[in-house]
Amino acid sequence: MSSIFDIFRRRPTANVARERLQILLSHERASAGQEGLVVALREEILAVIAKYVKVDRDQVQVKVERSGETSILAIDVEMPALTDKPRVAMRA
Amino acid sequence: MAKVVVVTSGKGGVGKTTSTAALGAALAQTGDRVVVVDFDVGLRNLDLVMGAERRVVFDMINVIQGDAKLTQALIRDKRLDNLSLLPASQTRDKDALTSEGVANVIAELREKFDWVLCDSPAGIERGAALAMHHADLAIVVTNPEVSSVRDSDRIIGLLDSKTAKAERGERIEKHLLLTRYDPVRAARGDMLSIEDVLEILSIPLLGIIPESQEVLRASNVGSPVTLSAPISPPARAYLDAVRRLRGEEVPMTVPTDKVGLVARLFGRRVA
Repeated sequence: MSSIFDIFRRRPTANVARERLQILLSHERASAGQEGLVVALREEILAVIAKYVKVDRDQVQVKVERSGETSILAIDVEMPALTDKPRVAMRA
Repeated sequence: MAKVVVVTSGKGGVGKTTSTAALGAALAQTGDRVVVVDFDVGLRNLDLVMGAERRVVFDMINVIQGDAKLTQALIRDKRLDNLSLLPASQTRDKDALTSEGVANVIAELREKFDWVLCDSPAGIERGAALAMHHADLAIVVTNPEVSSVRDSDRIIGLLDSKTAKAERGERIEKHLLLTRYDPVRAARGDMLSIEDVLEILSIPLLGIIPESQEVLRASNVGSPVTLSAPISPPARAYLDAVRRLRGEEVPMTVPTDKVGLVARLFGRRVA
């Protein structure tokens, strides 16, 4: 309950700032690490695909989607038409 | 061996340019040859803070594009002849700053100076990436405030992954410069304390610059605070930071206005 006396005993706020930052940054640092993982994965996947088919670098997309407890690794590769089929999209 | 230092922060307005000017002048006051380099293309301000805004003829982009020699673009400080400024371009597009061009300029500056201080633009885009790329050492300027600390954490991550040193698998030395610190508010619990910021960012502390009117007074007249008000608390904090940067052991204190009479008289004489 707030009362007029609260004006005279304002609570310190620095501890709130510290706790909020600690929680936020632990999340942000984890996802920054994931960015590195995605970059590395993308490069290796590109190298493997390039062994078999000619693909444009921009046509390979690697994403990590986080939803709650699990993460989904999505790889989209858009390839040039193989023989008679107009376009093949691979989704792993 | 020259040392290339980037003064960076992520967030704007925390005191990168002020600190570059003050640290550059303080380093030059020790007798070392110093150049301060403005990387903020389109929004240059180091020239203004150093009081050299009317002496800019050529800038770094002119040098990169071969329109001027480096020696033509460098502006020698009127107060300290071993201190120079390399201004950024105010009119050109920031894409004119090529990574090869920057590499050449930095290599040439390494030969001419003991310290190359690069004033980074705010943000994490190209300009900031180029400013940090060649650094041997980074000074992360942080205010004791949540958004500044968060952005500093981001910048530390980039220093550890995107600099030339990091790409070679080496560790880049990083130091925290805490600016606009108010010990009274921190003691009251209304501002993040030095310990809080250090615990969160976990990089070594280079100095604590207290909040002070002298910083604005110095920029008003276009002088690094270490030159215009050398015994003021922020100037003493910058001078101490520079001694640490040069490898001296200096006890960490937050300078205050309470200066003894002797120091005051002495300070007035040298000022």
